[in-house]
Amino acid sequence: METKKKIRVLIAKPGLDGHDKGAKIVALALRDAGYEVIYSGLHQTLEQIIQTATQEAVDVIGLSIMSGAHLPISKKLIAMMKDQGLDDVCLTVGGVIPYQDIPKLKEMGVSEVFPGGTSFEKITKGINSLC
Amino acid sequence: MGVAKYIKDERGAIKEVIYQSGIKVKPAYGPEDLEKSGFTYEKDLGAPGEYPFTRSLHPQSYRSRAWTTRQYTGFGTPEETNERFKLMIANGQNGLNVAFDLPTQMGYDSDHPLSEGEVGRVGMAIDSLKDFETAFAGIPLDRIGSGLTINAVATIMMAMYQAVAEKFGYSKDQISTTPQNDILKEMIGRGAWIFPVEHGVRLVGDSIEYAVKELPKSNPVSLCGYHIRESGATPAQEIAYAFEIAKAYIDNVVQRGIKPEDFVGRFSFNFNVYGNLWEQIAKFRAARKLWAKMLKNEYGVKDKKKLFLRGLFGGGGSGLTKEQPENNIMRGAYYALGAALSGAQTTALCSFDEAYTIPTERSALLSLRTLEMLMDEVGLRDTVDPLAGSYFIETLTLEMEEKILEEMKEVQQMGGMVNCISNGLIQRKVSKQAYEFEKGLQSGEYKKVGLNPSAKDDSSLDSTSGQAEKTDAGTVELHEYNEEWAKKSKANLIELRATRNNKDVKESLKALEKAAKGRDNVMPYLVKCCHAYATVGEMAGVFRQTFGEWKEPEFY
Repeated sequence: METKKKIRVLIAKPGLDGHDKGAKIVALALRDAGYEVIYSGLHQTLEQIIQTATQEAVDVIGLSIMSGAHLPISKKLIAMMKDQGLDDVCLTVGGVIPYQDIPKLKEMGVSEVFPGGTSFEKITKGINSLC
Repeated sequence: MGVAKYIKDERGAIKEVIYQSGIKVKPAYGPEDLEKSGFTYEKDLGAPGEYPFTRSLHPQSYRSRAWTTRQYTGFGTPEETNERFKLMIANGQNGLNVAFDLPTQMGYDSDHPLSEGEVGRVGMAIDSLKDFETAFAGIPLDRIGSGLTINAVATIMMAMYQAVAEKFGYSKDQISTTPQNDILKEMIGRGAWIFPVEHGVRLVGDSIEYAVKELPKSNPVSLCGYHIRESGATPAQEIAYAFEIAKAYIDNVVQRGIKPEDFVGRFSFNFNVYGNLWEQIAKFRAARKLWAKMLKNEYGVKDKKKLFLRGLFGGGGSGLTKEQPENNIMRGAYYALGAALSGAQTTALCSFDEAYTIPTERSALLSLRTLEMLMDEVGLRDTVDPLAGSYFIETLTLEMEEKILEEMKEVQQMGGMVNCISNGLIQRKVSKQAYEFEKGLQSGEYKKVGLNPSAKDDSSLDSTSGQAEKTDAGTVELHEYNEEWAKKSKANLIELRATRNNKDVKESLKALEKAAKGRDNVMPYLVKCCHAYATVGEMAGVFRQTFGEWKEPEFY
């Protein structure tokens, strides 16, 4: 029986928002759950996120956005991912996300949305279903 | 974080109570507990208004003056913020607590590429003195003090506040500004840092030195345990880390030849009140005592007034839930009660919809009314430190004092705060704690009403079923982001650059650069830059060029 390759996740903090508690908690949880997790640190430009995702050959980019700017940021990143040929990388978004924006994000091409309060179980289930 | 650990038996009786700070609580306390700890009124409490101030900084406390309420306010354009300021003041708020948008906090103008999507979102967009003139128009700056929630560019905002006051005809010794200006806590738990640690501390030192000499009514630093606690620190660590951070700033200013006596009296604190009620109250009483003792014994401060731990005890967002948001109204009331029983000078209260949005007028006013009720209706002004003498509270306060000192000692053994933060030690510690607590919340180990499933309730643990936003009273109103804000700010910048004297701007920025590179205090140069209508981005840009940007230590 072949061993399953570990899923590689980049937890990324785009833009100027400095609230990293959720991102760090999820990074620790995913690591405990057996994923390979890279944490980007704060104040990442979208270019930097793409670069890290490419260099680290991640399967999933998990954006963490607490400032409310998730729609414009996600839209831009998706366009850049397409542009850079990151077709087999999934994008998930977490943070302060009003429910009314979840369908909007999914329509843009975001694979999964994990608003604040989502259980670790649901997050890992969600990621596993993508990969 | 904040809920105690309760170990129950099969019948639901509580066998053990362990507070987040690590203190175990007995079923009952009596006089023997105070005897055992060697408690005496003179040594451990002091009369209200007397050293060590455990009971209160002032003999009369709320009997002479109710607390100051400062709801964190600001969004969109300076015009809208000005309107909200006036609304809150008209409704009885007696101080301002100004929120700035992220580009401003991070030293970028509204037209910088990184500002996209952020202009006016989490606070007001300030690009230059012109914006301050709009924001503070008609506000009596000699009567209303302004807390400015700004850190990395606090020097710039302080200078701008002085400039706008001068523009309106006030003198700098009439105005009261309290920039938050606590860069070390940003690096632990709020994230709005820019420059490397030693430069960040230098700027804090510059602002303190300047305030001592030029801004007599201003409080240059607000040491924030609040955010450190939000990030995962225990209540005891919240106080301990804030005190160790204070020491880092004090040491920087003392190196300039200024005595602690001359400036520590102007430090203020920003602490968090969510979670277990008793733990918070004991924490604040212990904190007042420890701060006074530390300043007296370690820094030789003699003047009684300068030993005061003046603070805003408020908050605390982490205690609220997304699920069943109206429950947060009650939580807020209990947290505010904790602040009042702790004798907070100033307070603010998170609004019930914080998990979703910037508070609306309605929810912000609900918070304000909660605070008013405690003072005016329910009796929190009746007498000073009403819980004093309680066997439980006094024992708990002494135990909390020990815990805080233990945590401080640990930081000292790790080389002090600057070292700990530069190497990521504190950051990793609080993140891990936050993770452990979250695990406990999800497993039901820590109880959260409306969130953890009850025995009868089948519903899944998380709040993503789509129902959380709907409440019994209707849906949570979301604060809409207005694209017009960015448009307006950008247009204003274009006009500003065209109409100001660009030669003056250039010269003032050059002088600023020279000061930043050397050891001159940057503040007077910043005031000149502000008056010349240099932008926030231009002034912060000089600092970025000179100091570089901090590289966060590794997370794991």
